[in-house]
Amino acid sequence: MSWLKKSKEGLRTPQRKRELPDGLWTKCEDCGEILYQKELERNLWTCTKCSYHFRISARTYLKILLDEESFVERFSEIVSTDPLKFRDTKRYADRLRKAREETGLSEAILVGEGAIEGRPLVIGVMDFSFLGGSLASAAGERIARGILLALETRHPLVLLSSSGGARMFEGILSLMQMAKTNALLARLSDAGVPYISIMTHPTTGGVTASFASVGDVILAEPRALIGFAGPRVIKQTINQELPEGFQRSEFLLAKGMIDRIVHRNELRRTLASLLHFFAAAALLPQKPRRRAGETLARFRAVGGPIASTPPPAPAPGAPLQPVQADSTPGVTAPGVNGAPSPQGTQGPQGPAEAPDEAPGTTPGGSAAFPADREIPIRE
Amino acid sequence: MNGTWLDFEKPIVDLERRIEDLRGMATPERAEIVEELKRLERRAERLRRDVYSKLTRWQRVKLARHPRRPYTLDYLRVIAPGFLELHGDRRFGDDPAIISGLTQIEEIPIVLIGHQKGRDTKENIHRNFGMAHPEGYRKALRLMQLAAKLGCPLVTFVDTPGAYPGVGAEERGQSEAIARNLVEMAHLPVPIIAIVIGEGGSGGALAIAVGDVVLMLENSIYSVITPEGCAAILWKDATKAEQAAEALKLTAHDLLELNVIDEVIPEPLGGAHRDPEEMAGRIQSAIVRHVRGLLALPAQELLDRRLEKFLKMGVYLEETGPIPAPAGEG
Ligand SMILES: [Zn+2]
Repeated sequence: MSWLKKSKEGLRTPQRKRELPDGLWTKCEDCGEILYQKELERNLWTCTKCSYHFRISARTYLKILLDEESFVERFSEIVSTDPLKFRDTKRYADRLRKAREETGLSEAILVGEGAIEGRPLVIGVMDFSFLGGSLASAAGERIARGILLALETRHPLVLLSSSGGARMFEGILSLMQMAKTNALLARLSDAGVPYISIMTHPTTGGVTASFASVGDVILAEPRALIGFAGPRVIKQTINQELPEGFQRSEFLLAKGMIDRIVHRNELRRTLASLLHFFAAAALLPQKPRRRAGETLARFRAVGGPIASTPPPAPAPGAPLQPVQADSTPGVTAPGVNGAPSPQGTQGPQGPAEAPDEAPGTTPGGSAAFPADREIPIRE
Repeated sequence: MNGTWLDFEKPIVDLERRIEDLRGMATPERAEIVEELKRLERRAERLRRDVYSKLTRWQRVKLARHPRRPYTLDYLRVIAPGFLELHGDRRFGDDPAIISGLTQIEEIPIVLIGHQKGRDTKENIHRNFGMAHPEGYRKALRLMQLAAKLGCPLVTFVDTPGAYPGVGAEERGQSEAIARNLVEMAHLPVPIIAIVIGEGGSGGALAIAVGDVVLMLENSIYSVITPEGCAAILWKDATKAEQAAEALKLTAHDLLELNVIDEVIPEPLGGAHRDPEEMAGRIQSAIVRHVRGLLALPAQELLDRRLEKFLKMGVYLEETGPIPAPAGEG
C-alpha cells in the first residue's frame, strides 16, 4: 500500500518524459550511464549497459507485445467513481480527475483483445502512472470482464501487473476486487483456459496477493520489486535491514515463486511460444477432468482389475458375500444384498454402488450435499 | 480475562462497580440505599445508551481490538466444546496464528478455521498477534480441501490485524498463499460461512473470508488497510488514524451498506466482551441458521451464487460518453 510515495516520485519524473525526452540522451536511473535515446527506445526502454528496465506505459507494453494493430480495447467505459466520498488531505474525486488528465488514461488498467504471432488472446495491462496502478472497483471490473471474455472465447488470458496494491480511497471495495478477480480465475482454471501472469516493477500488495500470483505461468521482468508487504513496512516491523536483493524477481525465482525472469526484449517471444504450446495442447482430445467415477468403475477394492483376475478367496475375518451361482467370475461382482449391482462392475464397498448415484460423481460429495459440481468439458 | 477498559467505557464500568458494591449493602430496611441504587441504575442505563448509541468509527476500532474482546478459542469453548484441532500445512510448519479443526455444532459436522490472537504478551508472541504466515493460510487451505472431501460446511472466524509482513513470510510466498485461498475458496463445493469477530485486516482477513455468507459482529471492523497505516501514508501522520477510520468506512454497518457483507450480528450492549456467553450463543444460532439454508442448495447453485455475490462487489460507472467528473462532497 505504499504506492503513493512512489507515484509522487513518478510525478516528478513523469514517464512521458522518460520515454520522449526533449534531449537526445537519457541517464539510466540505475547505473547512471548516459544512454542515446534512439538506442534506448530500440532496446525497449531497457539500459544497454546494466539492463535496468525503465518503467513504461500500458500502451507501450501493448505495442511491444502484440501483433501490430491487433489490439482492440474493451470495457473502457467502466470507470471509477467515489463511492466512499473519500477525503484525506485531498479528495479522491480530485485525485481521479488529476490522474486522468496527467495520464490520458481512464483507469489503472487497459483490457482488450489482441494477438501474438496470430494467436488470439485476452490481455490486461496495468499502468503504474495512474494512481500507482492501484486496484479498485473499476479496474477490478475490467479485469473480471476480461476473464469472462477469456471464458467465452477460450482464448488464453495474459495479465501484466504494475501496482502498489489495493486503492485505499475505495476502502473495502478495493479489497473485494481481489476476491472478485480470483473467483473468476477459479472458473477459468476449471474451464481449462490458460492464464499467464507477468509481473513488472513494482508489483506489491493486493495485486500480488490476488490475480498476479496465481498464473498457470508467472513471468517477471528482471529486478522487479515483487512482494506482499512493501520493504519499508517490513523493515519497520522487524526492525532490521533487509537481505540483499530481497523481494526482487531473482529472489522470487530462487524461492520458487515465479517460473521465469524474462528480459523485456524476450517478452513477446516468450509469450508467443507459450501461446503456441497452449494452442497445440488445445488440439489434443480433451478429457473431462476430476470425474473419478468413470475410472472407479474399472476397479474394485478386492480382486484388482475386473476382467482379468478371478475372484479372490475372502480374506480371513472378512464378511462372506453370497455369490450367485450364475454370476460370471470376474465380470459381475456381487452386490451387498446378493444381487448383482446395477452397473454390474461395482465392488461391494464401491462409492458408485448406490443405484441412484451416477458414476460421474466426484468423491467429494455427501448425501446432503452431492458433489454434482459441473466440471466444464472441453470440446 | 485481563486487560484494561477503554476511556469511553470507563465511566460506565466505574458506575457499575459502585452499583455492585451498593447492592451488597442493600437490605429492605435500608431504604436510602435501595433508593440510591435505583438512581444509580437509571443513570448507568442512560450513560450506556448515550455512549453506545453513537459510537464513532474509531471507537468501534477500539472495541474490535479491545484487550478483553473474546477471540476464536473463547467462542469455541462455548459453541464447540468438542473442537478437535488439526495442525500443520504439510509443507513447512504449523502456524499458531491460525487454528483449524473439526467440530460439531448442533450435530452438524463442521470444519472450522480461525485467526487466533493471544491474551497476554507470552501468548501473543506464540500467536504472533493473530498475524499469519503463509503456512497458516496453507494449513487453512488444507482444511478447506478436507471439508470439500467430506462434504462438510466450512466456518471461518476472522480476527487479524493483517497477514504478517516479515522476511520469512515473503520468502515463503505470503502473496501466493493468500491469492491461492481466494481462488480455492471461490470454487470449494461446500457451504462457507465467514464471520468477522474482531479485526478484519485486509488480505490477511480475506484469505479465509470468501464465503457464501459473510457476517460481521456489530463492533468488528473490516478494512483494506489499518487506520494507522492509511494515516501514515495519506496524512503522513499515524496519529490521524481517527480521521482515517472515518474515511475508510470500515464498520459492520458501513460494510452492510456497501453490500460487502450479508448480516450484522448484534453484540450485547457495550460489546462482545461484556457478555461473551451471550455473544457466543448469537454466533452459534447465526451459523446454524445459515448452514442449514446453504446445505439445502445443490452444489452448482451454491457455487454460482457465491461467484455472483463477489462479482457484484464494487461501485463504478459505465459510461459511453466522456468521463463525468466524479461527484465528491464540497
Ligand atoms: Zn543502466
